[in-house]
Formats: sequence, C-alpha cells, structure tokens
Amino acid sequence: MTAMGFYTDTTVCIGCKACQVACKEWNQLPATNGGKATLTGNSYDNTVRLSGENWRHVRFIEQFDSQHNGRWLMMSDVCKHCSQAGCLEVCPTGAIVRTEFETVVIQQDVCNGCRDCIAACPFGVIDINPASNTAQKCTLCYDRISNGLAPACAQACPTASIKFGSIDSLRQMANARVQQLQAQGEKRAYLYGADESMLGGLNSFYLLVDKPEVYGLPSNPQLPSRNLVGGSLFTALAGIGVGLAALFSFRNRGAHKEAQEVADA
Amino acid sequence: MGRGACTTFASDMANADWVMIEGSNMAECHPIAFRWVMQAKLNGAKLIHVDPRFTRTSAMADIHAPLRSGSDIAFLGGLINYVIQNERYFKDYVVNYTNAPLIVSDDFKDTEELEGIFSGLIDNSDPAQPKAYNTASWGFKRTGSPPNAAPATSGPPYDDLIKSLVPAPANRDNTLQDPRCVFQIVKRHYARYTPEMVERVTGVPRDLFLKIAQTIADNSGPERTGVIAYAVGWTQHTYGPQMISTAALLQLLLGNIGRPGGGVMALRGHATIQGSTDVPTLYHSIHGYMNHPDTRKSHATLKDFITTEAGAVATAYWSNYPKFIVSYMKSMYGKNATKDNDFGYDWHPKITGDLSHMPMFVRMADGQVKGLMAMGQNPAVGGQNARLQRKALAKLEWLVVKDNFLTETAAFWYNSPEVKNGELKPADIQTEVFFFPSAQVAEGEGSFTNTQRLVQWHERAIDPPGDARTDTWWTVNLGNRLKKLYADSNDPKDAGIKSLLWDFMPDKPPSNTKIADEPDVLKILKEINGYETDTGKLLAGFAALRDDGGTTCASWIYSGVYPAEDQNRAANRKPDPDFKPGTHLNWGYSWPANRRIMYNRASAKPDGTPWSERKKYMFWNADKKAWDGPDVIDFAATKPPDDKAKPGGTGFDAMDGTGAFIMRPNGLAMLYVPTGFVDGPLPTHYEPLESPVHNALYPKQDNSPVAKYWKRDDNQLAPIGDPRYPHVLTTYRLTEHHLSGVMSRWLPWLAELQPELFTEISPELAKQIGVNNTDMVKISTPRGAIVAKALVTARLRPMTIDGKTVHHVGLPWHFGYQGVVTGAVTNDLTALVGDPNVSIHEGKAFVCNVEKAS
Repeated sequence: MTAMGFYTDTTVCIGCKACQVACKEWNQLPATNGGKATLTGNSYDNTVRLSGENWRHVRFIEQFDSQHNGRWLMMSDVCKHCSQAGCLEVCPTGAIVRTEFETVVIQQDVCNGCRDCIAACPFGVIDINPASNTAQKCTLCYDRISNGLAPACAQACPTASIKFGSIDSLRQMANARVQQLQAQGEKRAYLYGADESMLGGLNSFYLLVDKPEVYGLPSNPQLPSRNLVGGSLFTALAGIGVGLAALFSFRNRGAHKEAQEVADA
Repeated sequence: MGRGACTTFASDMANADWVMIEGSNMAECHPIAFRWVMQAKLNGAKLIHVDPRFTRTSAMADIHAPLRSGSDIAFLGGLINYVIQNERYFKDYVVNYTNAPLIVSDDFKDTEELEGIFSGLIDNSDPAQPKAYNTASWGFKRTGSPPNAAPATSGPPYDDLIKSLVPAPANRDNTLQDPRCVFQIVKRHYARYTPEMVERVTGVPRDLFLKIAQTIADNSGPERTGVIAYAVGWTQHTYGPQMISTAALLQLLLGNIGRPGGGVMALRGHATIQGSTDVPTLYHSIHGYMNHPDTRKSHATLKDFITTEAGAVATAYWSNYPKFIVSYMKSMYGKNATKDNDFGYDWHPKITGDLSHMPMFVRMADGQVKGLMAMGQNPAVGGQNARLQRKALAKLEWLVVKDNFLTETAAFWYNSPEVKNGELKPADIQTEVFFFPSAQVAEGEGSFTNTQRLVQWHERAIDPPGDARTDTWWTVNLGNRLKKLYADSNDPKDAGIKSLLWDFMPDKPPSNTKIADEPDVLKILKEINGYETDTGKLLAGFAALRDDGGTTCASWIYSGVYPAEDQNRAANRKPDPDFKPGTHLNWGYSWPANRRIMYNRASAKPDGTPWSERKKYMFWNADKKAWDGPDVIDFAATKPPDDKAKPGGTGFDAMDGTGAFIMRPNGLAMLYVPTGFVDGPLPTHYEPLESPVHNALYPKQDNSPVAKYWKRDDNQLAPIGDPRYPHVLTTYRLTEHHLSGVMSRWLPWLAELQPELFTEISPELAKQIGVNNTDMVKISTPRGAIVAKALVTARLRPMTIDGKTVHHVGLPWHFGYQGVVTGAVTNDLTALVGDPNVSIHEGKAFVCNVEKAS
C-alpha cells in the first residue's frame, strides 16, 4: 500500500487551532481539566505541548526586534510517523504497529502504559492519556483514512497548511513550494524530515523557515537503538526481558496503582 | 454603490492582485474565508494588513502597517489623495461609471471652506440635543426643470408618481475640469491628506504608507484588480459607515468595483448577520433595505412614503419601489391589504425616533422599558457600557432569555459583579426572569445568509433535547398566541395584529421532527420569495413583482430563491468544476438574482468588451444581443452598451447602456453622496469621541458634529488628551472564542485554548508601568475598571501620533462571569456612543489607563 502522511506548510498556518479542536472532537479527547486552564503568557499557546490529550499542538513563535520588526511563526505539530520509529522499536507489548499506510499506531487494547515509548520518541510526541492510562498519540486518523477520508485536522485546516496524501505526492508538492518561496525571496525555506536522511523519512514532514529548534524540533533526531552497545543478540535478550515485564504488567492493566508500581519498578 | 452588502464573494478574492485588509483581523475572525486570501497570495498577490496590532492576519501579510485605532479615514483619505495627485485613477471607469463629472450645487460648502464641517449644520441651541445637518445644499446643480408632470391619480399604478419624481438631469463635465464637479471637489477635499499628515494622524510611517499606495496603484487598472476587506473594525465606530464609504470611493477611483478580484469585501460579525439585515431585525429598516415608516418623515400615507423614499432614486432601479413596498405590505397583511386601505399601511408600526439598542437600554436604565426578550444576544457581556446595561436589566418587569446556556444576561440577578459588590441585591430585583433553552443550528431547519449574500439552506440533523426549541418555533408560536389574545379585541389600535398574516404552522404533522408544532419553514421561505396572490404561484424573481396587490413578497431582494415548490435554490449544492468558471451559480442562492459579483456591468468597458483578457468577466455578446459571462449580469440583460437614456425616463430607461450601478440615480456610482448619509457627503477624518489627540486635519473640529452620545453620569467620556487616560483602548475577538463567549466559553475544547482574559500591551508600556508578562493589571476608563492578565508582546508597539507617544491597550471582549472559563467583562469599559446614520456603537477606539493591579 502507498505510504500516506502529512506535509505541513508552516508558512500558511494562521494559528487558528482548528486542527487541535477537530482532532479532539474526532478522537474524543478530553480538554485538560475540563477546559479550565491558566493563561501561559507564551504568545497564544495555552496547551503547551503534544501529549496524550493533545495529539495536535500549534506553536506560536514571536520573533521581533526592539524596533518591532519581525514575524510571528505558527506551526501545527503532530506525530511524525517516522519510517524508523523509536517508539515502535522499544514497545515491549507490540502495541505499537506500522499500518498498511506506513503510519505508526498505538493499539489501545494492547498498550499497558509502560511509558517506554515516551522516552524513546525523539520528538516528545507521546504521553499517557490520564483518561485511559495508556500511551496515546496521533493515529493519523487510522479509522478515517481506512475509509477514504482525510484526517480530521487536515480536513479542518482552512488554509491547507496541513496537507494529507501519499508521501510521494506530498514531497513533490513540498519541493515545488520551497522553490516558489525561494524564488519569492524567502531563502530560509526548507523541508524538515522529507527525505530518508532523517529516521528513514518522516511521514509527517514540515516546511520551515527557521532552524528546527525554533519550532521545538530536534535538528538531528536519533533512534534509541543507536545508544545500545550490543548487537542483535542484546536486543533480542532485552526484548525477551521487556516482553516478560510487559506480560506481567499486562495482567495488571486497568489497575492503575499497580501498573504505576510496575512501571516505577 | 447602492446595496447594503458585500460587492463580491470570498472565493473571488483568490483572483485579486492585491488584498488590503483593514478594520478586520480576517485570519482570526474569518479563517475559512481567509483561505482565498492565502490562495491569492500563493498566486502572487500582495497582502496588506492595516491594523493597530500585529495579529495572525499581519503574520501572513507582505506589509503590515500599524495604524492608530480610529484613524482609518485619514489613512484611506491619504490613499485617495495619492491616487488623484499622481493621476493613478482609472479615468475611463471613473468618467463613465461614477458621478465624478456631475456638478454640485452652488450652495454646497465643503469642510475645506468651513473648517471641518459641511454646509447645512443646524446649530441646535440646546447643547444636550445632538446637532443635525440639513442636507438640502448637498445636491447637484440642475439647470432644467423636472421633465414630468405631477400624477393625475395617486395610484396604484404608481408609474406616474415615480415619473413625477424624476429631477432635471444634473449638469455634467466629462473633462472633470469644472471646479464644481464631484471629481474636483473630491480632489480638494483630500488634498490635505498628505503622506506627512497620514503619518502625523495615523502613526503609519510615510514611507510605509507610500509603499502601500504604490502597491495598490501599480496593481489596479484594466489588467489588474485588488480587493479591500473590512469587518467590525470599521463598522463599530462613531463614523463606521463613512469609513466604508471611503473604501468604496478609493475602489471606484481605482476601477476595482464589479470586477473579478476587486470589490469591497464586507466581512460580517457572525453567522447570518447579513441575513438579519436583509430580512431585518433592525429597528429602522424593513425587509429588502427599505426604510421603516417613520413619524418624523413625510410618511403619513403610502403615497407619501413612496414619494419620500423613492424620490431621490426614481432614476435608479429603485423606481420599482412601489412594487417592493406594496408586495411587502401584502406579505404583512395578506388578503386584508387592499388598494382601498392603502394595503394596510396605517396598520404598519411607525417608528418615532432612535429605537436602536443603545437608546433602548438607556430608557431601560431609566425604568421606561417593561420587558426584554434576549434571543441569541448577551447584552450583559456584549453590550457597550455593560455595567449600565446589566443595571438596566434590573429595572425590567420581565426578561426572557432564550439561549444555549444560562448566559450572563440570564444570571445578571444573582451572579453579576454588581450583585457581588453589593450594588444590586437579588432580593430587591423585581425583574421576573424566564429562561428558555435554545435548539442548536443542527437541530433546526432553515437558512443562513453569509457574508457574501449567499443564502444556504441547512437541514435538521437531529431533534433538540428536552424542551429546547428553535428560534423559528419560538417566534411563530409566540405570534400564534399573541394573535389569539387579540382575536376578540375591537380596539382600533389592535387592528394591525388582528390583520397580520401569520400562517406558518405545518399543514400536516412534520415527518422530520418529533415536535408536532414545529413551523413549516418552507412556508416562511415562500413569504420571503413571494407569490401571485390569486394563484399562490411562486415568483421567479423580483422582476415579476406588481404594485397593485397582485403579488406578495416579504423581501424583494430574496425573490427567486424559491421559484417553484420543488426548487429551493438555497439548498443547491453543486460546485463548479475546479477553477471553471468559479462563480458556483448552482451552490446556494446569492441575492440579488443569484448574482455573485454586484455591479458586474462595470467588468466590461463602456462599449461592452472586457477591460482586458486577464480580467474578462461579463461582456456584451453581440450575436446573442445580450450580456454574457460566468455570472448573472447586474444590468438589464438585453440593454446594449450603446443604449441612451430616455429623457424623463425612470429606472433602466433613465440609464445609458453604461449605467453599471443600477441602484444609484442614472446608474452612476457615488463618489460624492448627496443623499443617504446624515453626517456628510464626503468621508472626513474626525477623532473618536475619546481620543488622546486633537484633530490635526481639522483643528477646529475634533469630532463629528452629529455623532451620537448618551450623556449621563454613568456614561461619561474623558476629554481629549485627558492625562488620567493616556492610552488608546481597543477591543476585539480571538479565533478561539465567539462574541460574548456563549458558543465557546462553555465548550471545554475551545475554553482551554484561551482560558483567561488578557490585555495585550507592548514591552515599552509594560516597562513604563512596571508590569511583567502574566501579571494582573487594572484597566480603567471613566465608565469603570476591570482586571486582566497582562500579555506583554512586541506585536503591540508605541506609536508617534502628532509628536506624542501613544500606546494601545488591547482587550478581547469574550469573557464574563458564567461558563467553563470566566473573566472580567471588557465592555464595562466601553461607552454608549454611536454613529449618527445607523446608531452602530463604537467598539474600537476609547482611552484608558492601565496599571499594576494591587
């Protein structure tokens, strides 16, 4: 099957957060604390980061000099659905799978909330959703795309900043847009994660006009396996160990307190 | 230009070569329509945003010009001056399609001669009473005598009456050189709006101003077009209509009206606001932009009404006024409206004065109003000087709130700041408060008319829960009960409601809802569209209307939306294929006559051929002997471009084949507006009623002499330059919330996105008052004080106005004391001041102080 994903052109993002709301509505994710929150004072961002309850997050970056000349960057962030996915690599229960669309999905009925994937993700995408005590993140609307619909965020995006489609077509579109921006004088425009050099290619990639760190993205994201010293044997042994732990925790799933103890152990 | 509506449609903005957004934060408040602006930008258009704050719209713009709130006419006047002085106006367009060549009466005196006022100001001896203009001197010079005799009969038919109202033709100079012609008067009027003056008054640096002026001039003309978009950032001022008029004047000079990628894009404040003025909830207008019968005008009989209202427009399409008004009266009183009783004209309510929102609440505060029905309205938060309005609610005998949630208005008697601080005690409040839960949009059937005049039908998806009911149910059933109460009355004053046609209940139990007494909305649509009174046959359009009682039609401009029982054109859902032709005539129904761009005769040259291949739209097809193109022509469909007006003719007969602005006398767009405005025929910069500076353009005239102000102890204004209130206060909306918050603050998904009230201030101002980001600050005006968190951002900047540093303090007005997230009511700071034409309130320019909250 064709690899599907997102191409997010941040230069046309108007920061309306329709993607965040559409995501929560379709996936029935709760508002944190019932919607009662504190103003962060960080521009117009009040949901702060991607999390188990926020599978989409719009960043606001104010860049102005003392003369008030500058720009206001906005960017809707989401799971990157990496071709080489750290989360998938470490998941002890096999809850995290690669789908027929080459996307990465956490199966909620298999996840035991062990949190390994949270640490493994170089983008800080995944977190526990307190409503389920499982690790959650964007599924690239697996239920929608399986039925021929665009993901809720892409559907809602009024300026087509979030584009959904086959990775091949998205890369073509994105390359053409970079060329257009360069020709118009926006020399800072480039693609982040659109080729294989970054984790084998991100199935959600971005057009940016500043360094990745400005958007809260790592310039050189790494897989957790890179830190492992041993070869495949070690990995296999570790896998068995993790598998056993997973089995143990699986039996206790649902009892939050005990699961927490297991995770802590 | 002649109709109370947006001249174009949102997706046509993609065809623009420049887009100037001013008085609007389009990306935040109209994000869906903004996709077309982004499309234009992707196609290479220049996007200009003129706004006090750097907003999410500015973030997308090629040029952001920081302009002091309330100085828009000075800025636009500067552009007009630039276009004229540098001869960048579109001469062929201006000479043929506007009133630029007409000679103005010798009696007229401009602000240039009278130091900031126009001729005709009646200086009322009572300083408490507002001044007013006698507009008689503003007319055109006419050397001949009226061509037609007085009518032999009073009508119907009213043709002779309308003919008798045709004035002698205005004198004219097509060279535009006569010093008394409109063009020269406009030129002199704006000569003082130099780039230097623009900088001094608005704070926009002259180089930036000139860059904008060049951009729009370079990208207008036969080959290129541009569009100006505005929203309530223009309307909500004491001179809001004049701001829009300035934009129209500029766009006419540039030849950008009626053409693809051109126009003035009026962005409405919320859903079906356009619809609510078309089929109005306005006090001063009846359906289809006809004025409300008024005891202060010569409106004693239907003939008087027609004479008064159609008098100035007999040579425009409004010559059909008798057909519109008689058909309207038939829709009100049905069979009871006859030729013999002036079609029930005496039964129709007459207004006696300004009955708009603000004076209504002033009277309420004085105990002169018994009851209020607030449906989808939350004056406790959304009303100007909201504290005054909440206290006024406590003077009512009864209050009905029909809304989604227990709004601040519904809860004023137990949860308002006045109750919390002891000013009001629930036990003392005698107001009986009723709350009715409202059905949501998806729970009812009906139509929305959006910002581009597009009527779109929506089906009922699901029944409302419990006792929640649609507004239609509420209004129709209330009418039914009222009619029952009056059924046996013999009091002559009750004849009107007894005669009222009110037949909207379903003939058989509805199949698509469990609510048996849900009205049949198609019956309402039928009244709006109109039908033959004897056969009940639906009308194909307003061309079929009659002035003899043979047709009934509530709102003539909507006629054609429902031309046959099986054809509800508002429900049409067939888009054009990608980019061809792009007018989407089979999607919804765009009044008038399903036109997408109004005045589109002007998209062709006077000879009927396109101005350019690139901007080809409507054109004269000589083979078909008719107008042709992708839209519905806004002209007589078969009137050739070289046709000449008939002497003494009315309507289309009074227009040449070049009369593209058919709603205006002789089909000429008005650069200069002799009738219609009460505050001047040419837009003029005045300071807001509260301002940090005096009027640099007209030093002897700070404010509009006729602006409305309700002077009371609880509605005081700061004098100009008051050191206690040194900053400009402006209020606005955020993407994340809607209006007073009833549709967003109760919804956790939206509430968490902007969970608290904040005030945006610049780092410079924050430093000056010793405040850090997210500190609590107190904002005060002569009306009151509120607290909010400071959001310190370089997106706000100090401006230099007339040599003085001026700070803006920005406040969203979405918060109140009910809902999931709450906050202070920003409108406690605003004042009851209004525009003299339509009584729109000021919402954007006041003065305030801000300090660290203790």
